Amino acid sequence: MGDHSHGSPEESGTVAKADDVAQDRFPDPGLPPHRPRLADRDPRAAKRHERQVALLFTISIIGTLFFFVAYFVLGHLGEMTFAELRVQNAALGLGTAFAMLGIGVGIVHWAKTLMPDHELVEQRHEISSEKDRQDAVDIIDTVIEETGIKRRPLIRNTLIGAIALAPIPAIFMFRDLDRTGKTAHQMIEQMRHTLWDTGVRLTRDPSGTPIKASDVQLGSAFHVIPEGLENAENMLNEKAKAVVLLMRMDPQEMNISAGREDWHVDGIVAYSKICTHVGCPIALYEQHTHHLLCPCHQSTFDLANECKVVFGPAGHALPQLPITVDADGYLVAQSDFHEPVGPSYWERG
Amino acid sequence: MATTNEYTPSTTTGRLANFVDSRVGASGMVKEFGRKVFPDHWSFMFGEVALYTFVLLLLSGTFLTFFFDPSMTHVTYNGSYVPLKGIGMSAAMASTMDISFDVRGGLFMRQVHHWSALLFVASLSVHMLRVFFTGAFRRPRELNWVVGGVLLIMGLAAGFTGYSLPDDLLSGNGLRIIDGVMKALPIVGTYLSMFFFGGEFPGVHVIPRLYSLHIMIVPAVIILLLVIHLFMVVTHKHTQYPGPGRTNDNVVGFPVGPVYAAKAGGFFFIVFGIVAFISGLFQINPIWNYGPYDPSPVSAGTQPDWYIGFVDGALRLMPGYLGNFSFEWIIPFPWGDNTLVLSVLLPALVPAGALFMVMFAWPWIERWVTKDNREHHLLDRPRNAPFRTAMGAAGVVFYSVMWAAASSDLIATHFHVALNDVAYWLRILFFLGPIFAFWITRRICLSLQRKDREIVLHGREAGIIQMSPEGGFSEKHEEVDVYKRFLLTSYNDNKYIPAQPDAAGHVSGTEKRRAALSKFFFEDRVAPVTPSELEAAHAAHGHHEVEGEKQDSIEK
Repeated sequence: MGDHSHGSPEESGTVAKADDVAQDRFPDPGLPPHRPRLADRDPRAAKRHERQVALLFTISIIGTLFFFVAYFVLGHLGEMTFAELRVQNAALGLGTAFAMLGIGVGIVHWAKTLMPDHELVEQRHEISSEKDRQDAVDIIDTVIEETGIKRRPLIRNTLIGAIALAPIPAIFMFRDLDRTGKTAHQMIEQMRHTLWDTGVRLTRDPSGTPIKASDVQLGSAFHVIPEGLENAENMLNEKAKAVVLLMRMDPQEMNISAGREDWHVDGIVAYSKICTHVGCPIALYEQHTHHLLCPCHQSTFDLANECKVVFGPAGHALPQLPITVDADGYLVAQSDFHEPVGPSYWERG
Repeated sequence: MATTNEYTPSTTTGRLANFVDSRVGASGMVKEFGRKVFPDHWSFMFGEVALYTFVLLLLSGTFLTFFFDPSMTHVTYNGSYVPLKGIGMSAAMASTMDISFDVRGGLFMRQVHHWSALLFVASLSVHMLRVFFTGAFRRPRELNWVVGGVLLIMGLAAGFTGYSLPDDLLSGNGLRIIDGVMKALPIVGTYLSMFFFGGEFPGVHVIPRLYSLHIMIVPAVIILLLVIHLFMVVTHKHTQYPGPGRTNDNVVGFPVGPVYAAKAGGFFFIVFGIVAFISGLFQINPIWNYGPYDPSPVSAGTQPDWYIGFVDGALRLMPGYLGNFSFEWIIPFPWGDNTLVLSVLLPALVPAGALFMVMFAWPWIERWVTKDNREHHLLDRPRNAPFRTAMGAAGVVFYSVMWAAASSDLIATHFHVALNDVAYWLRILFFLGPIFAFWITRRICLSLQRKDREIVLHGREAGIIQMSPEGGFSEKHEEVDVYKRFLLTSYNDNKYIPAQPDAAGHVSGTEKRRAALSKFFFEDRVAPVTPSELEAAHAAHGHHEVEGEKQDSIEK
């Protein structure tokens, strides 16, 4: 092991060999000579560093004490106001920061200025010698030979079969991760249906008050849930499928395809609020372009064109909820959606 | 066992140490590690930051588990935060609110946990970039590179499972996106989503499941991989940067005791201090602003945690339609139509998959192209491996374009440009950015290498202006010292290796492809200065002639 702090670099044992020169390369001059630091030569500088390190450790002690001040004096049991909490949080952070930085910076400063800065040289070793590798191969051969597994293929093959089969029950155990207790077919069917049905009133989200057709002004937008949602079993699951955006625009500006002529009420239209891309709620309605925008991935749907995709990653139009007005003038659904809402999936068709 | 001259300690510490040693043999450990040499360089710190932030995650996370209730049972919030009083939410959200507002220091611990997580993934990533750009993954460290890559993936998994636990509006929408991506998988997707959520989204099962993954499975895997990773670092000994006295057969650096241990140990406290400082002063994930999860509302300008951004950005970049052509393919089967949701599948799986595939395979790709199967313990300066540095830069740009796309809406609002234009430009950059990055980076590396040649051949500018007897002015150049000259000339210089015939004299197609890649990587190269070139430069006296004369032989 060479230690370049003593003697000249040429003696450090790391000088390049002659064959390097033969390759027309510059020879390795070895480690550069060690340069002593100020503290190595001047005891007063060393003393100064010592005091600096001690000061840093003292700062750490103060930081820890400050943490307790923050914990007990700035904080108290029972309700704290948000402003109090912010001050306390900042104080706890600063106390901890000084407690830790004092120790950390102190130790590093100590190491850099007062501990020896002579670099040492250590030789690398082979990861494993050829002798060891040969011995290992011999041992493995012996072990395999003693099991006799090569001579008895019947044992080997049945063992492989048994081991291949044994983990399969462990995978099947996870079948009931699905807690609905329904068959796959029933679940796929359930995904196609929402709480909307003939005569279900459109109500405001979250208050649940029904909406009269006359409430919906030109250019306005309502966040809508089906009436009775709050009493539904698995309320959030149903809400995640049933939320609807209700908007009104001039019927003259709308392109309506065959079969959907009576799905709107004098320009009042209802579309699923769940993006057909990956299911974020479509929260933004731009009135003058009549575009709907999903804030998650910016899929844009054109309300005038039956919510067809005009921009972004969504792959199909928003499903429309056919609506009409009941005897009291409230908006109601004519039926459920005619296609599954939300993101596409394999069985969607 | 009776020994003739057993060591008898005289001090209390000595007696304690002797007690332990004579039972578990600790002196062997001390002998092995006490003065083990570690090379020192600032870029080796990133791995340490990852390790230390992981320790902080364990500490703060354990604290949080004592108060967190991973349940989706519906409760009414009645804690200290007035605006949400009386609002219905899950027990998970309510207990996270309690940690923030009614457990003293709870908010601080939450913020330490979240900031540490962000830093953990960031430092893992930067550490991997350091390893890549310096070529530290080469033999014998290929497997450790793979372990590191898996650690990065596990870091993402830990972050993602933890992010969703508070069941607030933001994380709930994140889960909604995961649900959408899962459902896009052909054949199994719908079932996978049902199994994950215990039925339909969002259900009441997903938070407890994520919780057991987050606090048990994922950290256990990380700890296991971490141990393997560090064990291999010890086995291989650390790599070192090139320089005089540093060879492929030695390690030059500071001994563990005391200098390296002090620096590395002290650095833990520095990382802790910085995380505490950030957590005290900078708010992260204010769930009380978002409110509990509800499938209907969403806040505009939502951003995922930064490390998920590149996948989210890819989702945003993908067009659902090209003209009238939809990327949702409806495939008719005898039993009915099925939907292949390429508009989600392609961006969710392909870019991230390609990035990680190339990353994992890179040590083997490089070994195959360069035919270099030697052990490398000396690192490359990135400029001295232009092909690799350029590939890395291309990868970084590829990643960054997707990452920027995750903030396309914020870019649009902050810079007052059209959202759609941002997306169009990023789509173009997605394809062209990596190509430009490769080309520019390689040119920069080659230029830096030429600069190094010039410094060796003509010396450095001394800043002294000389006047010749004729009245001309010139700057004096000073020759660099032998140490610097060795650093600038001693790099591993890869050359183009044409296709080689095999034993039967046949040149295989694979070998031809290898040669094509080798030509692409190494056709342009700058060779290190040789002593004879330097001699020629000295002999010629004027350096301009040397440069002109040598130009052809430098670049082949």
